[in-house]
Amino acid sequence: MTALLEPPIGLLAELTHRCPLQCPYCSNPLNLETVRGELTTAQWCDVFRQSGDIGIQQVHLSGGEPASRRDLEALVDGAAKAGLYSNLITSGAGLTQSRLERLAAAGLDHVQLSIQDADAANSDRIAGYAGGFQRKMDVAGHVRALGLPLTVNAPVHRQNLDRLDDIIALAVRLGALRLEVAHVQYYAWALANRAALMPTREQIDRSIEIVASARERLKGVLTIDFVAPDYYAERPKPCMGGWGRGIINVTPSGLALPCHAAQTLPGLVFDNVVERPLAEIWASSPAFQAFRGTDWMREPCRSCDLRTLDFGGCRCQAMALTGDAANTDPACSKSPRHGELAALAESESANPPLPLRYRRM
Amino acid sequence: MSADGQKSDGKTAKTAARARLVLTASSAPRLARHVRLKHDAVRQQWILLAPEKILTPSETAVEVLQLCDGVRTVEAIAGELARAYAAPANAILADILPLLQDLADQGHLAR
Repeated sequence: MTALLEPPIGLLAELTHRCPLQCPYCSNPLNLETVRGELTTAQWCDVFRQSGDIGIQQVHLSGGEPASRRDLEALVDGAAKAGLYSNLITSGAGLTQSRLERLAAAGLDHVQLSIQDADAANSDRIAGYAGGFQRKMDVAGHVRALGLPLTVNAPVHRQNLDRLDDIIALAVRLGALRLEVAHVQYYAWALANRAALMPTREQIDRSIEIVASARERLKGVLTIDFVAPDYYAERPKPCMGGWGRGIINVTPSGLALPCHAAQTLPGLVFDNVVERPLAEIWASSPAFQAFRGTDWMREPCRSCDLRTLDFGGCRCQAMALTGDAANTDPACSKSPRHGELAALAESESANPPLPLRYRRM
Repeated sequence: MSADGQKSDGKTAKTAARARLVLTASSAPRLARHVRLKHDAVRQQWILLAPEKILTPSETAVEVLQLCDGVRTVEAIAGELARAYAAPANAILADILPLLQDLADQGHLAR
């Protein structure tokens, strides 16, 4: 299959890996990049300009904690000048009322604020950051007072899922437009902490019921997006909307990745945005070509009717759990390894949780 | 204490809950401040940029949204489209009201 290459739509800009929080499910790699290698303000602004030119519409300013960059205001300004819709993905750390005012003035379009729980003490414990919860509440208030739209992002797992009702109520109270109830995806730090975080099947079933009833009750008040838990799934998620189909992830030092976990796949070669134009990287970087389309697929994906809908699931999960990135994601019920996944989840979630391994440099 | 020396009071957000926007024929909706209707030059199509979402509205939806200026009522918009397409205004109103309510429920419209 050689379909015409569509332009990319979204840029995930990992501005820095620095973050004062230490969440044990962080999606950053275990080998965190240091401040010395980070792209400069001008280099990021150039990436934003190129992004706008090739059809990217939204930039997700992420990290680490993006507010750890002292030039965040200039970066938001650069994104706005490039015509990009900007989304700040933040823990709230490093954001004050005056800084948020400056970001709004620079053209920031939307704020996504993470919470670790609705319970302050447990939230701070999971984040490994004393006082963080209160800071988040303040940031949410400032965001709404400025008239900026707010999304609350709540990664959920065994150690907070029993308070999902409270998390939803908190999002409403904060005036959020959206809530992401995101079952932790087990890559990177989360994979290292899987046995401590894996929910039970009962918790999963309950979370699905709670979200369904809240969506009904809160229609027009709060939109709830639900990220399903892979290990108990029957169908795999169409990871990144398909490899190299719409999203470019740029690391703090400028590596262009098809997915934020792509560095866990052996043998892939990544281009750096400082050395090669973004348009070329999108069209022909070997890492983006590796799993684009369906030619790379084996059975059962190759002959599956769903192959252009879910793209065989997630390459990084296939690698982590089967040892080969070209295998079907075992989250799919058609994978020969599918049965192992739920068994693993059920056995890990039945044991008392292990101590958390916090994200640290 | 924050970096700027502001004291946290924790009460800032207590009363911020949003209310559902219920539209009628006499409502005058506009795009929410955080939503942008934009012509995408690369893809040659209209898109609606929203928080972590990009919609590709139908031609009809684009026309309706371009008229949602916070002044025209839904009824007036239906009337304008009825004249432009020589179609019954009631039928158009019946089509566009659910379309707009759906967008409002996703948080894309304001009053």
